[in-house]
Amino acid sequence: MRVLGIETSCDETGVALFDTERGLVADALYSQIAMHADYGGVVPELASRDHTRKLLPLIEDVLNDAGMTRAELDGIAYTAGPGLVGALMVGASTAHGLARALNIPVLGVHHMEGHLLAPMLEDEPPAFPFVALLVSGGHTQLVEVRGLGDYELLGESVDDAAGEAFDKAAKMLGLEYPGGPNVARLAEQGDPTRFRFPRPMTDRPGLDFSFSGLKTHMLTAVRSLREAGQLDDQARADVARAFEEAVVDTLVIKCRRALDATGLKRLVVAGGVSANTRLRERLAVETGKRGAKAFYPRGRFCTDNGAMIAYVGAQRLVAGERDDSAMRAVPRWPLDQLAPAGSASA
Amino acid sequence: MPTLLALDASSSACSAALLCRRDGHDDQLLARFVQAPREHTRRLMPMIDELLDEAGLTLADMDALAYGHGPGSFTGLRIAAGVAQGLAFGLEIPLIGVSTLEALALAGHRRLHLRHVMPVIDARMGELYTAAYRCHAGELTRLADEALVSPERLTLPAGHEEADWVGVGSGWEQWEALPVTVQAGVSQHLPDMQPAAEDMVLLAAQALASGGGEAPHLAQPVYLRDQVAWQKSR
Ligand SMILES: Nc1ncnc2c1ncn2[C@@H]1O[C@H](COP(=O)(O)OP(=O)(O)OP(=O)(O)O)[C@@H](O)[C@H]1O
Repeated sequence: MRVLGIETSCDETGVALFDTERGLVADALYSQIAMHADYGGVVPELASRDHTRKLLPLIEDVLNDAGMTRAELDGIAYTAGPGLVGALMVGASTAHGLARALNIPVLGVHHMEGHLLAPMLEDEPPAFPFVALLVSGGHTQLVEVRGLGDYELLGESVDDAAGEAFDKAAKMLGLEYPGGPNVARLAEQGDPTRFRFPRPMTDRPGLDFSFSGLKTHMLTAVRSLREAGQLDDQARADVARAFEEAVVDTLVIKCRRALDATGLKRLVVAGGVSANTRLRERLAVETGKRGAKAFYPRGRFCTDNGAMIAYVGAQRLVAGERDDSAMRAVPRWPLDQLAPAGSASA
Repeated sequence: MPTLLALDASSSACSAALLCRRDGHDDQLLARFVQAPREHTRRLMPMIDELLDEAGLTLADMDALAYGHGPGSFTGLRIAAGVAQGLAFGLEIPLIGVSTLEALALAGHRRLHLRHVMPVIDARMGELYTAAYRCHAGELTRLADEALVSPERLTLPAGHEEADWVGVGSGWEQWEALPVTVQAGVSQHLPDMQPAAEDMVLLAAQALASGGGEAPHLAQPVYLRDQVAWQKSR
């Protein structure tokens, strides 16, 4: 089955073609990051407008790359949520229109399920069951994945997402949006021993996260350095390093606990923050120690993309799931409401 | 001899219309129109299917598609754009974006035989979308460009102030806030009238006959309001 995947939940327009026999055939992405950078964050209305401009050309590109005509498509999957409702609507309506024209099934899928299963697109995909750490701009979750659609939320952030914390930290340090990669780059020059930030919620049992206190801590540190006239380049790098260490350490501690609690040996890490090199190094050590293994999607599939949507959609379409005539855009949609492929999902 | 399908989701209403024009036959114009605030995503597709069933046609019979490209509700415009673009791209036929203001003017002309129509749509945030048309025998001539204005700055079309203007569209609910010159120059206002696919499909047929119709991705919504990023960096 050849499935076109469409992702428009936030600030990237992603399109891909997944063939259940051949795997991923083509994918294309248009990122709006540069446009939103002027505003210090995503402006929903601008995001929606841009999706409407970019989506069809991207679909055309993907079909061209795949050397396929539209008539050769067997199904269409789109991100139905969670995300920005206006942005989601662009993908949902276009998917439904195209599917109706081609007389093929269409299905709205869960964005975070896409992230969870993105490593399945790699040459060495993890086998079920596994523990997944989802760390992005909007989510920080630990999930036990028993099979497709069989998820148990083990823990999540009670306030800011890890990526959001990175973005806010970047702002405090005067770095551009999106901040994560910029903070990480600056942190490379930092001295890890100069400052020490707290590891929130690691001093008690449980798998939930909290990153908002860290933000306050960071603000205080930056402010007192500035008042003392000591906020030079080195100090900023040192603060960035302390911040990154604190976030990474927290994530690693919780992953270790999740592996212990479930007794599982496979850890999938996905979402934008999984691109962080320090996090990967630390997790490699941690999993190595316990004979476990960490799995990551390739770089460009760590952040939002159409490939993961095409993949998830294909699994579910093959099992007979499809939308009725209603286009779906669900801004808030808990992951554990999903059901295995083929059974009626919530 | 075109066969066209038009969709609109630009207001609280949701509508679709099918025009089948064959040599030696009367035009067949079928339409659906419902008030469906926040329900466009559920109503649009079944409406299209109903029309096709009734006409005994399939999508493959369409020569072109059309949709209400705005101005209007941003999300509604994009829903109609998405569906219409997806359909047209899949069918490999041209897409025609139709002005909702022009559709309102044609509605006034077709139903009430109006000659000088000023469509005004509520743009929210204390503003209005507006234009003005002279209508004759089903043909519209635009006398004032489409614009986004505050109610107190609404004007009659320059050089045509003396005509017998009739106002149509939701914007006329702001009557009290309009300048006296406008109130004096408008003999009647009909705020209940809404853009409808029925009028759009006729406008689209005219456009197609005069060489209109674009590759689907080029038929983009026309928002008129482009200042949307108020939440500048804090
Ligand atoms: N190297 C890095 N180190 C730390 N954070 C990073 C790095 N690269 C990206 N990020 C962060 O990842 C986030 C973007 O990830 P992603 O695109 O997956 O999330 P999103 O689309 O914002 O949210 P969601 O997918 O939850 O809706 C941003 O917050 C960004 O700062």
